[in-house]
Amino acid sequence: MAPVLELRGIIKHFGPVQALRGADFILEEGEIHALLGENGAGKSTLMGIAFGLIRPDAGQILVRGNPQQIRGPLDARQLGIGMVHQHFTSVPALTAADNIGLTAGWSVSPGPLYRRVRDLGEQTGLPIDPAARAEDLPAVLKQRLEVLKALATDARILLLDEPSSVLSPAEAESLLTRIQGFRSRGMSAVLITHRLDEATRVADRVTVLRRGEVVHTGQANAEPPARLAALMIGDPGWAPQRASRSASAGEVRVRAQELAVERSGPSGAPLREATFGARSGEVVGIAAVEGNGQRELLRAVAGLLRPSQGKLEVSAPVSFVPEDRTSEALIGEFTLAENLAMSQGQSGAWVRGPWLDWGAVERRTLELLGEFSVRAPGPKTPAMALSGGNQQRMVLAAALERHPMVLVAENPTRGLDIKATAEIHARLREAANQGVAVLFHSSDLDEVVELADRVLVVRKGRVIELPHGATRQEIGARMLVEVPGAG
Amino acid sequence: MDADLLVSFLTSAVRVATPLLLAALGETLAERGGVINLGIEGAMLAGALAAAIGSTAGGPWAGTLAAVTTGAMLSLGFGLIAVAAGANQIISGTAITLGAVGATGAIYREVYGSAGVGLSLPTFPVLPIAGLDRIPLLGPALFEQSILTYLGYAAVPALWFLLFRTRWGLALRAAGESVEAATAAGVRVKRIRIVALVLGGMFAGIAGASLVLAQVGTFAEKMTAGRGFMAVAIVVLGGWRPGRVAGAALFFGAAMALQFLFQSIVLNLPYQLFLMLPYLLTLLVLAGGVGRVRAPAELGRE
Amino acid sequence: MRAERSLPLISAVAAGIAVLAVTLVATGHDPIVALGAMWRGAFGSWDTILSAVLPRSIPLIVIGLGIGLAFRTGALNIGAEGQFYAGAIAATWAGLHLNGWPGPLAIAALLITSILAGVLWVAVPVLLRVRFGVLEVISTLLLNFVADALVSWMVQGPLQETKRIYPQSDQIAASARLPQVPGTRLHLGVLLAISLAVALWLIYRRTLWGFQLRATGAGPLAARIAGRIDTKQMIATALLLSGGIAGLAGGIEVSGVSYALFQNLSPGYGFTGIAVALLARLDPLGTIATGLLFAALEAGAGGLQREAGVPAVLVYLIEAVIIIVVLLSDAFARRRSDGRF
Repeated sequence: MAPVLELRGIIKHFGPVQALRGADFILEEGEIHALLGENGAGKSTLMGIAFGLIRPDAGQILVRGNPQQIRGPLDARQLGIGMVHQHFTSVPALTAADNIGLTAGWSVSPGPLYRRVRDLGEQTGLPIDPAARAEDLPAVLKQRLEVLKALATDARILLLDEPSSVLSPAEAESLLTRIQGFRSRGMSAVLITHRLDEATRVADRVTVLRRGEVVHTGQANAEPPARLAALMIGDPGWAPQRASRSASAGEVRVRAQELAVERSGPSGAPLREATFGARSGEVVGIAAVEGNGQRELLRAVAGLLRPSQGKLEVSAPVSFVPEDRTSEALIGEFTLAENLAMSQGQSGAWVRGPWLDWGAVERRTLELLGEFSVRAPGPKTPAMALSGGNQQRMVLAAALERHPMVLVAENPTRGLDIKATAEIHARLREAANQGVAVLFHSSDLDEVVELADRVLVVRKGRVIELPHGATRQEIGARMLVEVPGAG
Repeated sequence: MDADLLVSFLTSAVRVATPLLLAALGETLAERGGVINLGIEGAMLAGALAAAIGSTAGGPWAGTLAAVTTGAMLSLGFGLIAVAAGANQIISGTAITLGAVGATGAIYREVYGSAGVGLSLPTFPVLPIAGLDRIPLLGPALFEQSILTYLGYAAVPALWFLLFRTRWGLALRAAGESVEAATAAGVRVKRIRIVALVLGGMFAGIAGASLVLAQVGTFAEKMTAGRGFMAVAIVVLGGWRPGRVAGAALFFGAAMALQFLFQSIVLNLPYQLFLMLPYLLTLLVLAGGVGRVRAPAELGRE
Repeated sequence: MRAERSLPLISAVAAGIAVLAVTLVATGHDPIVALGAMWRGAFGSWDTILSAVLPRSIPLIVIGLGIGLAFRTGALNIGAEGQFYAGAIAATWAGLHLNGWPGPLAIAALLITSILAGVLWVAVPVLLRVRFGVLEVISTLLLNFVADALVSWMVQGPLQETKRIYPQSDQIAASARLPQVPGTRLHLGVLLAISLAVALWLIYRRTLWGFQLRATGAGPLAARIAGRIDTKQMIATALLLSGGIAGLAGGIEVSGVSYALFQNLSPGYGFTGIAVALLARLDPLGTIATGLLFAALEAGAGGLQREAGVPAVLVYLIEAVIIIVVLLSDAFARRRSDGRF
């Protein structure tokens, strides 16, 4: 079988960071090939280059044996490459039909366009309402729209970037089955994922990427999953340190009764009649598929969203570590000292009346850099010059500087490597040991299970408290299915 | 008020509204792409001067051609600064207008001498459309106008078609709603925005030409007097849709034409109040008081 | 840091002068003679400096400071022209009723009235932005037109002079006029402008609130979430203050220069003020410098026309070139440092 897509020796730098160090990748015709790696390994960058979103610093791309210059998505589409992105890339205010028509270059008259969209939906088993506005669609249909856009352009090579990240396990199953079906239509697909089980279930071959290099390529079932995991992590003998837990939890710091919160943003979901709590000294993990209301829960506790009904009592001060650190936690062009000053506001030790003592801010920032092992030249470094891991260390330092009673964290280890992740986990555990009530959510169920003392599942806006010692399977099941009589 | 006066007022309103309509249609294109072009005032003024000079040299059509070219060039300049280079749209648009005021003022003085002597130019005559102009009241008002007004009428459905029934229009609207999504769909956002700006500039140029060659009949310094900025307001009032923009332009034109009406009638109300009315109404519309309008999402974002 | 920031401005001014020189040559004027005339129009004598440049710089500096304040939070106030007029109308009305008041009190009353009027004039756009998310660019622009019409009505109606001949108001009470430096047209307003600049500089550099303004503009999302800053309130407050300051400029102009109200009191201060603020990088002390620069340019243009017969209006072209050069150099500087954040 001839390779239908080849990437050879791809090198890419983003400023000082090297994302890809001479990566090679071969996609054979008619196969489903999983590209495995943990967050930040370079998977999205590599496929972004294949799709023309990113230009490589060096390397070659061959499509069906011919070297190609892919300068942009248009070139890629012309070569029959389609990409389904992890995040929503449709124009929110336009209809589904308009979005598909725009991407595929179809004629714009509503009559013929709508018919074509309906036909496409039927053929592929992914029907969608052509007249629905993209921003009004629920997460599942938004994902479906992304897939339809790629299929509409007659793509023979499909690049799927973490397609199941916004789907519940059942929806993900269904999607993966569809993808397997594409094989029989003569398509080849790359499945970018960090989930081992998905890869081994669906793919014919796997390639493992680690820190920008290919460390393994082979048949999907040739190696045991443990070996693949070790290759992804890179240090087979190293296991993350699990910090010790303190004794039983103390006073109640968060109490919510019949809490209802309106949905925040187009991909959110409202929280309804949620009753839960968190105590000093414990780590409460929120397990939920994205878009079920967990964001609303966390942000309401953090004081950013107002409850529409019910009671919510939270002991102040509350610190919040938001999901998107580059836009919600830090101002890139501000220095670390300025970011610290901003995060502490009135309660900074350097604030006297209306006045702000910058000297004191800088001194304290320097101390924190040391305490939290933040690798940065100094307090006057702009935040954008730091790596993701160091930024997150700084964010956490600022959050703990307020000596909070409650700490709320959204996906605190997103995009971080294993070592930084372990550090963040340790700090959260340490904060709990010192009496903080920690509430966090991770889209990685394993992380929730590992770090949390107690697990709350949020599904369709309702909170279900799970008993101690619930297994991963049980938690996963609760995330998807209505269990009669419970929650 | 007798019918003659009303007809005369309506005719005047349509005539005054013509440059506003043309400029607003051009600005609609630009803003649908996500760009606020405050340089439209400058493009209109420069177009007016070009029309005057061109018409003196070769008649009104030559003047119009000169105006179209000038308007296009000014808006191209704006596009290069604000879109290609990425500078702040508001400030660069204001700078373009500022520069146009300076350049046109200086060129006018050099070419025609100072002391504001009224220039006499070959202009566009009124072109009655036989038959249609016999409709009571509206007939003469709508169909005894210059060719440029009729051009304006034709431009409204043409622009609607361009925006809503062509692939290019869809791509432009996508660029105006979400740069990220449009780019992912393969739209060359910067390029399409600049093209829209140039087209808009051409309209602004014709607007200036219509002001000189079909309304006032001569050129004077700073004669646009903010009409370009008015066009921005008209686009908002018209909800960025060509048909409604036309209605809004007529409304603004009527308000302006009221000035002349008041010279014939004695009323105790100051005419300035009526001058303020269109702007206050636009503010109301913006507040959602009279029909919610929704701006292209990328408007105002850098 | 200072040198790096003033270099684009200096080269921009040089570019502007170059464009002027080219235009002059193209139209058959001697550029050296003309440029000399321009220099003399601004700096030729103490009289030109004190009576032509400095008085013109005051409204530019004050409005520039106001616009700079708002722009720190990301809000672009292009309604300064309208707010200026609102302040001027209120100041004139107050000034006509302040006969018999002691000097300092009368001036203070007049200026406070003009500030309040400016705040009021920007209050509607602020409300629209806060409640309905309406772009303040559009709403403030609209109100400029309304202010123009309002002035027109005032000077032909309620505030018209008792003689009812010209469209202008009577002169304001003598006690309400800002004292002048004898022999010149320079008035006390210059001290007000400088004090305002220094006060704002202190606020931005040394206070928490001043810092939070910048945070709101630099990263509104992070300011709201990490900084717990009420960005809506910050922007609203900044816009209201900005309007008040623009209104103050109108009051100062009435109290120090015109002593009355008439149309076209402002030759576009509201728009030139935007450039003054931008070119100073929103720095208050820098605004003094850029305000002086633009005032000198416009005073020089007067000399250009008087001595060399070159239309004064050409100065707007020079100003436009300066603004555009600075904008472009800023844009390219941003491109160069664009890493992935």
